[in-house]
This record gives sequence, C-alpha cells and structure tokens, in this order.
Amino acid sequence: MSERNQLTDPKSAASSERPVSPAVDIFEDATGITVLADMPGVSRERLDVKLDGDTLSIEGRVELDAPAQMRALFAELSVPRFRRTFTLSRELDAGRIEANLKDGILTLQVPKLAHAQPRRIEVTAG
Amino acid sequence: MLEIMHTRPQSLFDQLDAMQRLLSRSFGGEGAPGGIRSVAYGAFPEINVGRTPDSVEVFAFAPGIDASSIDVTIERNVLKISGERAAAVPPRDAKAQVYANERPAGRFSRAVSLPDDVDPMRVEARYRDGVLRISVALSAAAQPQRIAVR
Repeated sequence: MSERNQLTDPKSAASSERPVSPAVDIFEDATGITVLADMPGVSRERLDVKLDGDTLSIEGRVELDAPAQMRALFAELSVPRFRRTFTLSRELDAGRIEANLKDGILTLQVPKLAHAQPRRIEVTAG
Repeated sequence: MLEIMHTRPQSLFDQLDAMQRLLSRSFGGEGAPGGIRSVAYGAFPEINVGRTPDSVEVFAFAPGIDASSIDVTIERNVLKISGERAAAVPPRDAKAQVYANERPAGRFSRAVSLPDDVDPMRVEARYRDGVLRISVALSAAAQPQRIAVR
C-alpha cells in the first residue's frame, strides 16, 4: 500500500498526474450564466482563470497546511490539481466575466451581451 | 480488508465479492484504498487521512460550508463529520435553466475510523479555503518509550 501521495508529501514533484475535474453547477437566467466550481484547498494565489478566445479555463492547485512529517494513510482526493474548460457561446459577454473565490468555491458570472438580453419591445399603436 | 471479511457472512462467494469490490475501488485510479467506513464512491466530502509522529490529521474537502454549523464528534475512536450544504442551483420554478448540477447538496455525514492510540480529548478543527482540517493528538501513553537499562 502506498503511503505517500502528492497531497500529503510536500516533497513530491508537481503533478505528473492528470488534474481532477472539479464538480460544477451551471445555470442560466435572463441576464447571463453562473458557474460554481468546487475547488477546496485552493487559495486565490493558486487559482488561474483564463479566457482564450471563447474558451474559458479554470485551474487551481490544492495546498494543504499539512505538517512536513506527515505520511498518508488514505486519500480520496489524491491529485492536488483541478482543471476544467468551458466554451462560451457567442451571446455571452466574455470580457465582463466576474470571478469570486470563497471557502473553496469559485463563482463565475458571465453576463449576456446587451443585445442578446431578452428585451420587451414596446408596441406603439396607430 | 480483514475487517470486511469479518463483518460479512462467511460464504466463499461473499468473501470474493467483498474483495472484488474493495479492489475495484482501490485501483479505480483514484488513490489508496479507503477505510471500511468510507461510504459510496464519490461521497461528500472527500476525506484524506495522514499521520505524523504525534497526531492523526484528517482533511475533509467541503467547500462552501458555514464552519459553525459543521458537527464534528469522536466516539470510540470513530470521527464523525456531519453538516449540510445548501443547493446553489435555482429551484425548478425559477426562471432559470440548469445545465449542470454536479455539486453535492443537502445533509452529509461521514465517519472515519481513527487508530487506537489517539487521544480523543485533544482535538483541533480548523476550516479554511473549504477544507476542514481535524488534528487528533496521539495519546502520550501510546508513544514508544525508551526504557533505561541499569
């Protein structure tokens, strides 16, 4: 049974393993799309939110304040990196994304472009 | 693995079945085998346990919880972590469309067996960046003691 893993062995090399995809909730209302991603153990300095064209990527590195001499007994979360990418559709205003990280939850809000928002059109009579 | 064999009926097929399930969880690519009290694969929150010379460290990955509402108890060397996480997706009748709902919500409860040499009176719990870290000191009597030979 392996007794060391990257999350509890501070000396191990930075991720040779594939990052884990964080669980997300995504919903859309009239004003835009909201994405919530579970990224426990990720602080602001270890979080990367990148926009490349219409591809949005979120990446976070987990850091535990574990004592140096700790060895793992078992680990359900064994890869210390989260990563997930999304393709934003055309009616979203990618330039106005808002990101917030609190207690390990990353919240992204992407508004729709002004002209794509549902509008009520006034009908004039006569 | 021995513990699983003793809690199940002793027929050969039951033992092979239990071993098969334990192995498929262990080598499913997600890390070292879980303790016997690890519930279903994918339970929330995920838990890592480590050991230092004088403590056992338990990490529960639970983002977005109100720290004061988490219930942490130790009874007979079983550490139990329970609480509730509110759902973030809007309810069905709201004018919203839900595309993904992967984040666990609702009540949760997980139990971890601690080694016999822990001192349940010396426990600290901290919550930061969505990780609940519980440190349980090992009892001094269980530490190896050097005995002088005269």
